[in-house]
Amino acid sequence: MSEKQGLTVIVKTITRAILAVIFLYGFYIILHGHLSPGGGFGGGVVLALGFLSVMLAYGRPTVQKWLNIRVLHSLESSGPLLFLALGLLGLAGGGAFLLNTMGKGRLFDLWSSGFILPLNIIIGVKVGLSLFLAVWALTEWDPEKGDDA
Amino acid sequence: MPVDIWLIFLLSFMILGSIVALEIKDILSSIVAIGVVGLAVSTAFLILQAPDLAIVQFLFEIFALIILILAFIRKDYHGLEPARLNRLTAALTALTLVAVFAFSVHVFKSLPEFGRPILGTAGYYLENAGNEIKSANIVSAVVLDYRAYDTLGEVTILFTAILGTLTILRVRKAKKEGGED
Repeated sequence: MSEKQGLTVIVKTITRAILAVIFLYGFYIILHGHLSPGGGFGGGVVLALGFLSVMLAYGRPTVQKWLNIRVLHSLESSGPLLFLALGLLGLAGGGAFLLNTMGKGRLFDLWSSGFILPLNIIIGVKVGLSLFLAVWALTEWDPEKGDDA
Repeated sequence: MPVDIWLIFLLSFMILGSIVALEIKDILSSIVAIGVVGLAVSTAFLILQAPDLAIVQFLFEIFALIILILAFIRKDYHGLEPARLNRLTAALTALTLVAVFAFSVHVFKSLPEFGRPILGTAGYYLENAGNEIKSANIVSAVVLDYRAYDTLGEVTILFTAILGTLTILRVRKAKKEGGED
């Protein structure tokens, strides 16, 4: 059934080949947010565009089989909560809210700059999933076909 | 070549792109012209040595274009009616634009020199972010450490926006399934 939905086989093959590279680039931007330009917001958009390319090339039903949308919703909603939890960690460490109490490490190391790396990961996942889920919700309702999509 | 010439080139390119986006008949070509404007903004950020902003602007532009094309891909949106403008409105618009231009030239002349901010905090960040936060990317240090509370607000805005979108779409779907209402 997946032959009929989505775009042509050329687009599907190229999407399959390039998807891993898109996600790799997104994770790279998120994980190196404290070392090089980029960060959670930019990397999150790359992840969202990766999901989106699959949705456009293969059609919604294939994505629905591939991903559990409910789990993605919960993961997306837990983003601000995790952010708050990290903020309270600073409060528990005897300082102010969102105080950077984690070990700072050495400049230019991957494990440096305290809680900037975890915050970048949280923001990246949050931004990527919420942008994808927004487009997912917007394409759910097709005026031409009704609600069968 | 100096930065200013590149910037003026990009800005005139953007003005051209927006005029094309407004005047062209086909809506798909209009969306592409809007994309040209956004990508020129991204390049301008790159020339002004703000790669963080350039990356985010570039990616969000692609994302916005995909959403616009998805929304307007259907046939019944194609072909726009040209906006009618009477002479008085046109004259008033032109006058306002000239006034804004004259005022902005005056404002731009009084801006501080490029790379020399007025605020003391910016200098503090530049000098101490490396030692205090141990973050090589100072933009990240400002966004996620010095001003992490603002970022928490941004994340909340995003969360609320998605919540609102889902709520509205769900109401519409429920109405359709419910029949009469």
